[in-house]
Amino acid sequence: MDKPYAITLDVGSSLANKTGAWRTNRPIYVDRLPPCNQGCPAGENIQGWLYHAESGDYEAAWRKLTEDNPLPAIMGRVCYHPCETSCNRGKLDEAVGINSVERFLGDEAIKRGWKFAPPARESGKRALVVGAGPSGLSAAYHLRRLGHRVKIVDAGPRAGGMMRFGIPQYRLPRDVLDAEVQRILDLGVELELDRKVTNILETMNKGGFDAAFLAVGAHIAKRAYIPAGEAAHMLDAVSLLRSMEGEEKPMLGRRVVVYGGGNTALDVARTAKRLGATESIIVYRRTREKMPAHDFEVEEALQEGVLIKWLSTIKNMADEGTLTVEKMALDAKGFPQPTGELETLEADSLVLALGQDVDLSLLNGVPGLAIKDGTVEVGPNMMTGHPGIFAGGDMVPSERTVTVGVGHGKKAARHIDAWLRGTVYAPPPKHELATFDKMNPWYYSDAPKTVRPMLELARRTSTFEEVVSGLDESNALFEARRCLSCGNCFECDNCYGVCPDNAVIKLGPGKRFEFNYDYCKGCGICVSECPCGAINMIPEGAAP
Amino acid sequence: MDTLEQPVKFYQTGTFTVGNRLLAADQRSVQADMHRTNSLNSGHRACQGCGEALGARYAIDAAMVATSNQLIAVNATGCLEVFSTPYPETSWQIPWIHSLFGNAAAVASGVAAAQRALGRPDVRVIAQGGDGGTTDIGFGCLSGMFERNDDVLYICYDNEAYMNTGVQRSSATPPAARTATTPAVGPSPGNVFGTGKNVPRIAMAHRIPYVATASVSNLRDLEHKVRTAMEIRGARYIHIFVPCPLGWGSAPEDTIKLARLAVETGLFPLFEARDGVVTASSPIRHKVPVTEYLKPQKRYAHLFRNPPDLERIARIQMMADHNIEEYGLVQ
Repeated sequence: MDKPYAITLDVGSSLANKTGAWRTNRPIYVDRLPPCNQGCPAGENIQGWLYHAESGDYEAAWRKLTEDNPLPAIMGRVCYHPCETSCNRGKLDEAVGINSVERFLGDEAIKRGWKFAPPARESGKRALVVGAGPSGLSAAYHLRRLGHRVKIVDAGPRAGGMMRFGIPQYRLPRDVLDAEVQRILDLGVELELDRKVTNILETMNKGGFDAAFLAVGAHIAKRAYIPAGEAAHMLDAVSLLRSMEGEEKPMLGRRVVVYGGGNTALDVARTAKRLGATESIIVYRRTREKMPAHDFEVEEALQEGVLIKWLSTIKNMADEGTLTVEKMALDAKGFPQPTGELETLEADSLVLALGQDVDLSLLNGVPGLAIKDGTVEVGPNMMTGHPGIFAGGDMVPSERTVTVGVGHGKKAARHIDAWLRGTVYAPPPKHELATFDKMNPWYYSDAPKTVRPMLELARRTSTFEEVVSGLDESNALFEARRCLSCGNCFECDNCYGVCPDNAVIKLGPGKRFEFNYDYCKGCGICVSECPCGAINMIPEGAAP
Repeated sequence: MDTLEQPVKFYQTGTFTVGNRLLAADQRSVQADMHRTNSLNSGHRACQGCGEALGARYAIDAAMVATSNQLIAVNATGCLEVFSTPYPETSWQIPWIHSLFGNAAAVASGVAAAQRALGRPDVRVIAQGGDGGTTDIGFGCLSGMFERNDDVLYICYDNEAYMNTGVQRSSATPPAARTATTPAVGPSPGNVFGTGKNVPRIAMAHRIPYVATASVSNLRDLEHKVRTAMEIRGARYIHIFVPCPLGWGSAPEDTIKLARLAVETGLFPLFEARDGVVTASSPIRHKVPVTEYLKPQKRYAHLFRNPPDLERIARIQMMADHNIEEYGLVQ
């Protein structure tokens, strides 16, 4: 302070004034849980893999994706994408086409021959997986990557479970399924086909397995009593869809009636169209709003000429193929009640798609199990009442979709891994949800969703070619870049730019930012202007 | 009228964010650069959330890049000068000189002449001040600098009153705004309608080569205008809108939001003019009513009492609508 008045002041001299002392609230960087990740039944880090896809590094994106789900090409075709339903971008223009980008990555991986990295070290433990469906494959994959020896046993002639014997080819081409199954087997997973496990404890004992994951699926068609003539052609959806995989295609005739309102009923009706039926009619006892099938599948089926009779039940089927149908009406509680009003429908065959039950015979004699409504009860760790036996997929109480099955497989694998190591798996605490109100959408430009091209109607009703085709590289990149990166820093530099006090330090590409609390006055502009809501304001002195 | 520099079509965040990791280096903003000048460094004593401190760093950093660091800034008295250089400290990391309140433009003219005399035409000069130093006290010197077409870029950081001395009205204070000298009392509370100056239009009337308005909410646009100004010789003027949490009674975290709302309502039009003619304007992205801008500010609180002052709100909306039409802000 011995300087004369009004002279040159030294550069950097203001740094002596630590304005951080003014602060009563401090900003902190956070990672919030994007709604897509929260909505994914397979627990994919969607925002995480889109981040890599945005920069065009598709292999890194695929590797990030397959940390959680080994079947992206399948997912990109059959998943009902609850991620898109919860996507914050839906509030801005349209949800990000996550599913189509996932499919692009899956197809790219098959095209380029990307393989999974083998486990870093072997645990020396052996795990048995019963069922080579989505859940079993997922569990086998994760267990193998965690270093365990894995054997899958399946009663069917090919791997895939309901993905092969339930989902029609126009939704999931078999070469895609084969490629993704093979990639899991290439990790060193053993697969034994055509072998039905009848006694799980005996099989485990003989094979020297330390734990087992059961995912046998639900393959037994539910029946409804419909009085029918001797010659009436009545069959169930499960065996119909299964027989589509054989050499002999089923004979359904020209007029096919499907009874039921789930996705399986739609699969059957659309399959019947492709087999040459001129009339394919779904009879369902409730309304469209109450139908469990997904709306886009209903829409695609209607476009293909499938007819749906709402509020109708089938009373009987006569020999010559005449169905008696009774009209229903919803009562005050929304349940369908018979009206006594009858009509007739001509049908060459009637397919029942009324749901499926699980064949639990392999569990006979296993102590400690709890069976409820035809499914096995499992704890939060996916373990049944019998220690060391875990279960998932359609055989446990849950929503029956491929993605849920894959999620069960992953979750079970983590708990089985802990079980085999004699520890308990504690999932990391979930971040706070990145809700739309925490974001600043002004910074995102409007960019409507890229809709995947659909096969032309005429072609799709007569062939089993895939109905929805994929994105190419340029529109997959476009789609990936529509991601808002909810709750997770994507290095847009906004905080670094908008700080009036230069109190944000940019650490460089991939390293994000740091606050310089010596000078941060706690104004909160960085919090307001962070597009994705990755900064939080907390009282000074409070724990983050 | 063509639109301003076409933004790169970026699906995720456009170029509205400060940076974007996916952009090529030459397409990034100056503020995104890890090695930006930081002309106005940490430790300055501006209030929390100061729009002027932000605007000054945005503008001067951009000018430093545009001139390859050959820049001298002359600063009028005002908030910017007071908070950045309390003796014996300075936050400036560029050659910087403090003039009087009213003569920044004249001092800058002299600095420019000196550089010419020294044979250093590469050294460029910026004069800067707040709205008080520009639209009121320094207005005579400013007009003189314009009419002589001196090679100076004058930047006005407009926070719409004399904030440093206690929020007194200036000729840039908008109608209805409460200040210490225009209290919210009587039959016409706040600043009187029909008063004040539009200095960008006055600058245009001097037919100087370049006039532009900019906002701290639109960084890309602001940097583009500073760069354009530094590519031109002669007298240039940029008027930057900088919210003041203290004087406006707004939350410090809302500084950029309010600047954005001023643009999105049409109350502060962003345009460029060359040789006295408007040549471009930045379209409004999402038009909003003026109430969204007015409500978060305590200086307008008297408009929203019970019952609300619908007549004055409507007059302010008319001002916005007039701007939208005059500058073609909605496409």
